[in-house]
Amino acid sequence: MMSFISKMFNETDGENTNSNISNPSPVDETERHTHTAPQHLEDVATSIEDKDIAQVKAEKKQTEKSEKLKFAFMLAGGCAGCEMALIDISEKLVDTLDHLEIVFWAPTAADVKYKDLEAYPDNFIDLAFVDGMVRNTENEHMVTVLRQKSKVLVAFGACATVGGVAAMGDLHTKDELFDYAYKQSWSTDNPDGVLPTSEYILDGKYNLTIPAFTDRCMTIAELVDVDFFIGGCPPHHDFIAATVNLVLSGEMPAKGTWLTSGKAVCDVCTRNPAITGEMRRPVGQVFRTVEGQPDPVKCLLQQGYICFGPMTQGDCGAACLKANMPCRGCGGPIPGIKDFGARCLTTIGSTLKDERTCDQLMEKYPQLAKFVYRYSYTSGMIDKRKSAESVPSRRNLP
Amino acid sequence: MKKIEINPITRLEGHGKIAIFLDDQGNVDDAFFQTVEFRGYEKFLQGMPMEEVPRTVSTVCGVCRAVHFMASTKASDGVFGVEPPPTGKKLRELFFNAHYVEDHCVILYALGFPDFVVGPQADPAKRNIVGLIEAVGKETAKRVLSKRGKAVKIFELLGGRPNHPVAGLPGGWSRSISEDERKQIVKWGEELVELGQITLQIFDDIVLKNDTYMELVTGDMYKVEVGYMGSVSPDNTITYYDGVQKVIDAKGNVVGTFTGKEYLDFISERVQPWSYLKFPYQKKLGDWNGIQEGPDTNLYSVGPLARFNIIDGMDTPLAQEHFEQFHATFGGKPVHHILGYHWARAIEMLNAAEKIVEIASDPSITSRETWTRPTQVTGEGVGIIEAPRGTLIHHYQTDDKGIVTGANLIVATTHNNGPINLAVKKAAKHFIKGGEVSEGMLNYVEMAFRPYDLCLACATHTVSGTQTAMEINIFQSDGTLYKTLKNI
Ligand code: SF4
Ligand code: SF4
Ligand code: SF4
Repeated sequence: MMSFISKMFNETDGENTNSNISNPSPVDETERHTHTAPQHLEDVATSIEDKDIAQVKAEKKQTEKSEKLKFAFMLAGGCAGCEMALIDISEKLVDTLDHLEIVFWAPTAADVKYKDLEAYPDNFIDLAFVDGMVRNTENEHMVTVLRQKSKVLVAFGACATVGGVAAMGDLHTKDELFDYAYKQSWSTDNPDGVLPTSEYILDGKYNLTIPAFTDRCMTIAELVDVDFFIGGCPPHHDFIAATVNLVLSGEMPAKGTWLTSGKAVCDVCTRNPAITGEMRRPVGQVFRTVEGQPDPVKCLLQQGYICFGPMTQGDCGAACLKANMPCRGCGGPIPGIKDFGARCLTTIGSTLKDERTCDQLMEKYPQLAKFVYRYSYTSGMIDKRKSAESVPSRRNLP
Repeated sequence: MKKIEINPITRLEGHGKIAIFLDDQGNVDDAFFQTVEFRGYEKFLQGMPMEEVPRTVSTVCGVCRAVHFMASTKASDGVFGVEPPPTGKKLRELFFNAHYVEDHCVILYALGFPDFVVGPQADPAKRNIVGLIEAVGKETAKRVLSKRGKAVKIFELLGGRPNHPVAGLPGGWSRSISEDERKQIVKWGEELVELGQITLQIFDDIVLKNDTYMELVTGDMYKVEVGYMGSVSPDNTITYYDGVQKVIDAKGNVVGTFTGKEYLDFISERVQPWSYLKFPYQKKLGDWNGIQEGPDTNLYSVGPLARFNIIDGMDTPLAQEHFEQFHATFGGKPVHHILGYHWARAIEMLNAAEKIVEIASDPSITSRETWTRPTQVTGEGVGIIEAPRGTLIHHYQTDDKGIVTGANLIVATTHNNGPINLAVKKAAKHFIKGGEVSEGMLNYVEMAFRPYDLCLACATHTVSGTQTAMEINIFQSDGTLYKTLKNI
């Protein structure tokens, strides 16, 4: 098994490979620094959810004479799906907006500008969410400003916490990406082979500028201090409602915490052999999802359909599994995992029966990095020495 | 020459901006809409098994949460040479209509309506969804949001997740629904029909009954004369999930129809060095001829207005009534008045809601036969759907194992790139004269591109924006800053 891992990586993150699906988060205490102990948000949140939001607010008012919570939501290099998740809390949004003063929410809700944000005093904002990763210098600048202006900064969603899907662009060079999009793609008409350029004088008189694309992505925590992390692509909207209530209640957990149930997808998956009482067996055959219809009740991994449930935070309630599809890791790594992709390979590898099955995995998913790092390439350990030099502002991961 | 730059820098990556150049008299010489982002999905999808693409490429945009998923799922049918069974197809359609309702709803209330309900010249600080909630009252806002939430529930039930769904498979759908779930969907669908009616009522009360607004809606400053493209059903009515692409020129003559890979015979995308967004044009109407409108242009628009220009009618009764009123108001196709996009969008929302009830009322939809297992790999597939914002094309090539070797995406906002440039230029020319640039004109320029509901996330295969916060910097010809205007 180690053979195919070493083919992928020069180094693994040195984790215990004998992880157990029914107990999928053996946490080495020395690795705790990547996540502080997860607050059991579900417990806190449920107790809060039982109360009426107005009641929570009333209690909050008693403890501190505060007005509305000054709230900011900023889209860095993401898809805005995270912000839509907030809209998706539906009618609760109206009451929530009663308790939040939106001092910045671009682009979805408010017209407040970047310049206004810059003009706010430091720590003016009580609670700020950032969705999306850092993709260009403008992101870099904006996220830094937001950090300075905010008491609490939450990295919200897969892009902000671990890089997200679009971070897979970093598996190619900028030239490859541009050449393909602007020269090679099939419907392109580009006789002069021009590429978008950051400054261009059209017809000798119109000076047109656009920002430049950076060499690699960063997570928010690589750039600035992050108080809390919320995983998911996007986080489930029920979870957001609970989080907003939690913040309103003032009972926030310790800094650096992932706001998560702390459970793996496997822990909340009804197919888990530990729950169904079935024997776990080594997996002798790997299937792509297109190759067969898996049993809708049994563990997918046990049936040979690769599933990242063992190493992924299960705040989604094992959503994909309910649609009979495997987990691809959007919830982010469970506490204790430094490198999601490496852990996927070690854990999945340890469930595969033999070398032949490992070879089969590599044959079926020939670009394994685009499989195991679907959502978390930026936070992984691959190639970081090189990129640490090319991105001077990069902070070492906590 | 003076340069005015409208830059939505509140959207972090600057997503899109507008540069307006004034001549010596202070009139608009030219104006450009530029997109400033790029991410490169087409390249990094290479090497992925085709069946993994839909749930991955969905993240191109989180507002258009079903469209990239659906177009690539359809393309994956082609790659594996397999057709979904009737139930699989119906579930996809049901799911897609749920997306239409929730998406059109957000766009109308967060983007379209504030201009009219709160007012085009109102305090920009209030011209947003929060101001809208104040204007219509909390109870109405809750009712609208709660009903819209039902569309998200249908979406989640069928797609597996409330955003970036997972249930699409080459050849069908990964899950079936129970009889209880089917009944629940019908109930939710009925609420969505009410939502559509409420929305059209709001539009009627606030816009159609207001003469000042109707002057804008039917006025020349918001008129862009280009061709149109969209899907039609076999009887030439509206269709979103499946159909034949029909193209008309600016005069309304049919240029042709196409399906699948034939898109390459119709569409070319011109690269301009000053924007990350390419400029598509209709090849059949001649070579690239710049950004020009008029009867002979080869530029074209997509989206609700385009669909309304190419079809004969809607396929549901309530929406049909409104469709007739729409065309009676404008009098004659094609309608080039771009504020008509908002109205068409509201009518489509009602139509999609009616479709949900219709599809879910068929008890056979609970069949377990939702998937046809692929037995071959053809190596190529094109998926074309009508996204809420317009035609979306996903084209993939794979190796003999179904691993992606090439990809091409043409999205709605890209098709509209030329027309958006024209709309912006026209509004700028109309509202900026003799060097007079007021704060008030700013929103009028914004109103020129809002109808297109530009989704720059999709367009650049990256980040989005729905609401635009803007700043205009006016530079002297020597490049020094002359004046800064903000819309807040
Ligand atoms: S985490 Fe997912 S939903 Fe959120 S911005 Fe990133 S891609 Fe979009
Ligand atoms: S199906 Fe996936 S999430 Fe569920 S128990 Fe198996 S491995 Fe875990
Ligand atoms: S099952 Fe996995 S991929 Fe699916 S929503 Fe949950 S964490 Fe994300």
